[in-house]
Amino acid sequence: MALSIVHRATGIALYVGTLLLAWWLIAAASGPAAYGYVLAFTGSILGRLIVFGYTWALMHHMLSGIRHFVWDLGYGFKANEREALTWGALIGGIVLTVLIWIIAYAIGGVR
Amino acid sequence: MSASDTPKRSMRTPLGRVRNLGAAHSGTGDFWRQRMTGVAMVLIMIPAIAVIMMLFGRNQAFAAQTLGSLPIAIIMLFFIVASTWHMKIGMQVVIEDYVHNEKLKLAVIMLNNFFSIAVALASIYAILKLSSGV
Repeated sequence: MALSIVHRATGIALYVGTLLLAWWLIAAASGPAAYGYVLAFTGSILGRLIVFGYTWALMHHMLSGIRHFVWDLGYGFKANEREALTWGALIGGIVLTVLIWIIAYAIGGVR
Repeated sequence: MSASDTPKRSMRTPLGRVRNLGAAHSGTGDFWRQRMTGVAMVLIMIPAIAVIMMLFGRNQAFAAQTLGSLPIAIIMLFFIVASTWHMKIGMQVVIEDYVHNEKLKLAVIMLNNFFSIAVALASIYAILKLSSGV
């Protein structure tokens, strides 16, 4: 498994995606009109795809990063351990993303 | 002392001479800060995502009121500082790995700093504006 490049790729995606976070916060501070554009974007098909993808990138990068912490501490270097950590980050990232969106739709303002 | 000053029969091993110096030739400061901000992100992720999920799809009045409340504003400020700092260091590592022209590398690293600081300041400004209700 060579997933270190995915850690990097998700990191770069998250880097660019902070523009979305900043836009959302500035819109909230600006007023209903500006916020309307954010809602229109996040409600669109493309917007939903991007925000969903962003969530996955964040969750995968976090779990993949925890995997790096394990290695930093000197554990998990055996072949089977490395495989387990990598698959754990891969599957865990998808599971957490789906879980977050189920909860978001359950408690959020979108039905 | 540069490497050329090192006597041929130095007691220092090759590893000892390069240890703590990465591609940036600047030691382990950023390595440590990358880990520290990474741990901070793991910790702040749960409350920050809870806030964002709560606001998802709701109107501006509710978002402004929630983001401006004291505990949530502090959670978001923590999230903004940790994430922009973490991403600045991470992107610098990527730049140092792939951009080998020295002048271009410095320029891109500078842009990386400008971008990260701009995102951080804009987001912090928004939170502070919401908190002070002006």
